[in-house]
Amino acid sequence: MLGFVARRLLYLVPVLIAVSLLTFLIASLLPGDLAYTILGDQATPEKVAALRQEMGLDQPIWVRYFGWLGNILQGDLGRSFRTGQTVLQAVTERLPISLELMVLAQVIALAIGVPLAIICAARSGGSFDRFMTGTAFGMLSVPTFLSAILLIYLFAVELRWLPATGYVPFGEDPAKNLRFMVLPALTLALAEWPGIMRVLRSDMIATLQEDYIALAKAKGLKASRILFVHALKPSSLTLVTITGINIGRLIGGAVIVETVFALPGIGRLLVGAITTRDLIILQGVVLLVGAGFVLINFIVDMLYAMLDPRIRHGHA
Amino acid sequence: MTESTLLSVEDVIVDLPTPRGNLRAVDHVDLTVGAGRTLGVVGESGCGKTMLSRAILQLLPKKAKLSGRVMFDGQDLLQLSPEKLRKLRGRSLAVVFQDPMTSLNPVLTIGTQLIETLQEHLELDMVAATKRSIELLAAVGIPAPEQRLMQYPHQLSGGMRQRVAIAIALSCEPKLLIADEPTTALDVTIQAQILDLLAREQRRRHMAMILITHDLGVVAGRTDEVAVMYAGRVVERAPTPALFKKMRMPYTEALLAALPKIDAAPHTPLPAISGRPPDPTRPLKGCSFSPRCRYAWAQCHVEKPRLEEADSPGHQFACFRPIDASASAGA
Repeated sequence: MLGFVARRLLYLVPVLIAVSLLTFLIASLLPGDLAYTILGDQATPEKVAALRQEMGLDQPIWVRYFGWLGNILQGDLGRSFRTGQTVLQAVTERLPISLELMVLAQVIALAIGVPLAIICAARSGGSFDRFMTGTAFGMLSVPTFLSAILLIYLFAVELRWLPATGYVPFGEDPAKNLRFMVLPALTLALAEWPGIMRVLRSDMIATLQEDYIALAKAKGLKASRILFVHALKPSSLTLVTITGINIGRLIGGAVIVETVFALPGIGRLLVGAITTRDLIILQGVVLLVGAGFVLINFIVDMLYAMLDPRIRHGHA
Repeated sequence: MTESTLLSVEDVIVDLPTPRGNLRAVDHVDLTVGAGRTLGVVGESGCGKTMLSRAILQLLPKKAKLSGRVMFDGQDLLQLSPEKLRKLRGRSLAVVFQDPMTSLNPVLTIGTQLIETLQEHLELDMVAATKRSIELLAAVGIPAPEQRLMQYPHQLSGGMRQRVAIAIALSCEPKLLIADEPTTALDVTIQAQILDLLAREQRRRHMAMILITHDLGVVAGRTDEVAVMYAGRVVERAPTPALFKKMRMPYTEALLAALPKIDAAPHTPLPAISGRPPDPTRPLKGCSFSPRCRYAWAQCHVEKPRLEEADSPGHQFACFRPIDASASAGA
């Protein structure tokens, strides 16, 4: 197991180098000169040249890349030329919001999707299964902005149970924080549970055909034990994968949901950086998000190994 | 069969709906197994022997239709509530499947799969269940049983896995063990070991056993009675010694002739049974074996022979043109 973890960790190095290289290239290839952007179009050529030299923009691209990489390795991701905030400050300020949103959304989506998938698989072809499969298919085609607006209309405007927009830090008032988070998390969960349910349902149906399930029945085990112990574990590899992808995607913030519900998360930081051409923030955040995505996939690989001993022992 | 009957299968029919129409997998089968006795069920692939075993275990596919009676230990299994049936399975009615590569759960340890059965039926605590699991693994010939408890099925060879499956089946001292082709998926060198293990444990525990196989050679020394199945029906049934002394059904004879013989001259062609079993979705009017039978005459193609008592006690066969004793002596 230790060897397996070490091997997987080693794979991360080239992936992270590729992520940093791509991030840097994309930011550098954007049209427009950073010095002009900072100084404005009234700047004299002398001033621009001076700033370019100061920022190292006159150096060849690979020198700049390695300089940037060197700074990163020392923990310096750069500083916004607009707000003066460092990338690290901007991210640590907003990451908790996006992470909380992501965790809540996953918990809700799994809490809806997993039990429904198990019930549907246990009675596949029955009327409940057909109804839920149809519902899931319908839900998959509802865009996030629409369900967000419908939820706001229902819970904030009509019923007045929950606030429509806004944010209070968790440390300040946990109860109030959760009230603000419920609707955005629910919006994301509504988009995710159908995928979770469909994937787990079909994997479970396949698993329930296996010989070892027939043997589990022949052993006189309780139906709940057969479903939750014998069938769920070997069926959950795809579920773990798509949950990992969902989490990875949400580390970068949920742009639409954060915008609709006015949550100051990573998604809005990114969009703000793009609209104000704040390249330093942009490439720093993209790099961190990319690294987070890679990390989540590493965790998914570890979970595979935990779920299936054959992967752990290198048999599969 | 004077001693107490443990299992009696009475007029069992299994129908499977298929896109090509109804498939009658098991066709009016009657069988009995006495307590502590062994019955061999022999037939080629697709003859319905596995479906028959699944019918006894009530583990047929959802779509399958089952009729008849399966009396086990005084109860009709078809009438039993799911909860009562569950308490019976694994406890007094156990099974070993054909392929140990697929019949053990790949993500659970050997220990978990043994202990859960013990805890379900015998209400043992963890310590007692673990102790008994180690004894069971040792009894089925697994070396270093303590370490095996922590291992997963893929860490064991096929023969070892089948031993584990047998240990699971034996764990609650069942009254009847159904072994459904327990050696077909194993290396030839392991087959005899597993069969001998089953026979030994069967005698030691005074447990009844149904040994399902396609190999007449397997049942020869290891069963009290043999039922030969063809196209979903029992076509010959006899005490094992009587069957091998004097088989009456041409299909049984053909099955035995198709076995390779150790004393045959090199390169002797194997007398395989020509043709294929009939399409079970298109039942024949006459005897199902008639198209492949070298003795068949006109009556065989238009009328189905019934399973009837022969001259010796307990010997039944379904044939209009049975082989007579003198002719089959050389088979």
